[in-house]
Amino acid sequence: MLSRRLLLTTALVAASAALPGTVRADEPIKVVATFSILGDMVEVIGGDAIELTTLVGPDGDAHVYTPTPQAAKAVSEADVLILNGLEFEGWLERLTEAASFDGQLVVATDGVEALEFEEHDDHDDEHGDHDDHEDGEEHADHDDDHDHDHDHAEEKHGDDHAEHKDEDHAHDDDHDEHEEHAGHDEHKDEDHADHDDHGDDDHAGHDHGFFDPHAWQSIDNAMIYVNNIAAGLAQADPDNASAYFTNRAAYVEELEALELEISTLMAGLPDEKRTVVTSHDAFGYFADAYGLEFLAPQGLSTESEASAADVAELITQIREDGISAVFVESITDGRLMEQIASETSAVVGGTLYSDALSPEDGPAGTYLDMMRHNSATISQALGS
Amino acid sequence: MIWDLFIEPFADFGFMRRALLGCIAIAIGATPVGVFLMLRRMSLTGDAMAHAILPGAAVGFLISGLSLGAMTIGGLIAGMLVALASGFVSRMTALKEDASLAAFYLISLALGVLIVSTRGSNVDLMHVLFGTVLALDNAALILLCSIASLSIGALAILFRPLVLECADPQFLRSVSKLSAVTHLTFLCLVVMNLVAGFHALGTLMAVGIMILPAATARFWAASIGGLLGVAMIVAVISSIIGLLLSYHQSLPSGPAIILVAGIAYGLSVFFGPVGGLIAQNLPRRRFET
Repeated sequence: MLSRRLLLTTALVAASAALPGTVRADEPIKVVATFSILGDMVEVIGGDAIELTTLVGPDGDAHVYTPTPQAAKAVSEADVLILNGLEFEGWLERLTEAASFDGQLVVATDGVEALEFEEHDDHDDEHGDHDDHEDGEEHADHDDDHDHDHDHAEEKHGDDHAEHKDEDHAHDDDHDEHEEHAGHDEHKDEDHADHDDHGDDDHAGHDHGFFDPHAWQSIDNAMIYVNNIAAGLAQADPDNASAYFTNRAAYVEELEALELEISTLMAGLPDEKRTVVTSHDAFGYFADAYGLEFLAPQGLSTESEASAADVAELITQIREDGISAVFVESITDGRLMEQIASETSAVVGGTLYSDALSPEDGPAGTYLDMMRHNSATISQALGS
Repeated sequence: MIWDLFIEPFADFGFMRRALLGCIAIAIGATPVGVFLMLRRMSLTGDAMAHAILPGAAVGFLISGLSLGAMTIGGLIAGMLVALASGFVSRMTALKEDASLAAFYLISLALGVLIVSTRGSNVDLMHVLFGTVLALDNAALILLCSIASLSIGALAILFRPLVLECADPQFLRSVSKLSAVTHLTFLCLVVMNLVAGFHALGTLMAVGIMILPAATARFWAASIGGLLGVAMIVAVISSIIGLLLSYHQSLPSGPAIILVAGIAYGLSVFFGPVGGLIAQNLPRRRFET
């Protein structure tokens, strides 16, 4: 009995003595990521040095998540909590308060230039007349018109490019077919000049409006994500900082390769086939990065319900523009899209993964696979 | 003008025609059930049943993933079980109908939440299970029309005992053994119509289109035949106006239809000739002379 207590005390003393030293590095820090895509990135960067809990798992819809006690427990014990931000996880604030989270908060979209979301109230004006190409529609048909493309966030975009160029965006210079960014650099001056002409377009109306949170749909943004994640982890766990940054560097290389692959694929699409119809507006950043246009009957969040007018306009547009394929999303009900397809000459081109990864054995088990799968699905359906 | 406003949406778009057909099927199938629910003072049953079907849907989800068929059948079974169990308890024990139904639906709801949570997935089951009126495919339309036909047929057969049961349940119980059968069959009809409605139209619409036209009809007709007729007409007209509003004003369809029915109800409360606010409080001239 006595010897047992002695042993225990010794162990405790040893443990506390070891705390500030190197031994602590063996003990993985506890990290919580809010949803599967973020979880995948954190996993890659953290590797074995972290113990990761992902709150909203594969095929789960983070828009309508209801936290469980396990989630609250994970959050309360976490050293680092990594979230997307841009009001994507509306339920998170209450959860961190309830679970009295006191660790380090990492906002993955920190530094991402957020796209403003066009509100659906504007639909009457925008889609009523298809000849007048306002912001939502310009991507479809004119590649020489780069000056429009960055109306959303002109100055910030410029700055970000300058800052990150060396480490992240070096690839921009490598390939001219990546029209957006190459074009952006050339046309930067015109951008600003031209922007004045658009002073009274839709976007001027709601500067402080609603931002599109689905920022991970562009690989440039994904690089900002991994920078934020690596920096956050390194700050919380300086002992393993070098491992995190090594992992980050390797991952960034993969991202760059993928970026090249996708932009080549997307650049190959003919000009008249650059419109993609999906069930909820989750691909704004993808559209912005690769000069596509995405249309959706449902609003930005999966919670809203489509109106007959939205659906009718979409059908009219599919018929008039000769759009050949519509896509369903993994987290939403595909029936509406199938109905729309059956009423036009379009076919259902496949399933896109927008807000959640598929289970590991699915076609989109990791972020890289998801982006690869989405772009392949789109190019296959539109290119044929 | 009239063409643009009323005909063109339906002529140009198949989904509008489908929505209209779905609404008419629901109006024909569900509103008579709603009228009897109202007469039996069970108008809130619909809402309770909406929760009662969750465990069935969840079990369907566990067994075969996101299959709408399995989830619909599961929901039907769970709803029927709750209806039968609560009907049985209220018939055979001292507990009244409302209390026994409340007890069973709460048990069912808790069970449903439990099952959904153990699966660990947070796909919003209600969201997946319940469609929108704009996305009716052939299978959903066939389901709606079959259930409407079945429901009308069953009501026609049960009409007399049902009316008696509404007027004087004690009497029916004393003269006929059919009382319990009638009651339980009627509860099954309620569940069937609701699940069909949820599957095709969404929770709000299914319960709303069942109850609101019935409540509206109460202010326009006194006889049971009149009630049924007025309720169906109100339901159909609300559906058409609601769909057109959704089309022209860019409103979500389900809520638009229910709100039109709600406006009809609001107007009827004031202007309805049978027991409406104004009719009720007018000086009764015919008795003066």
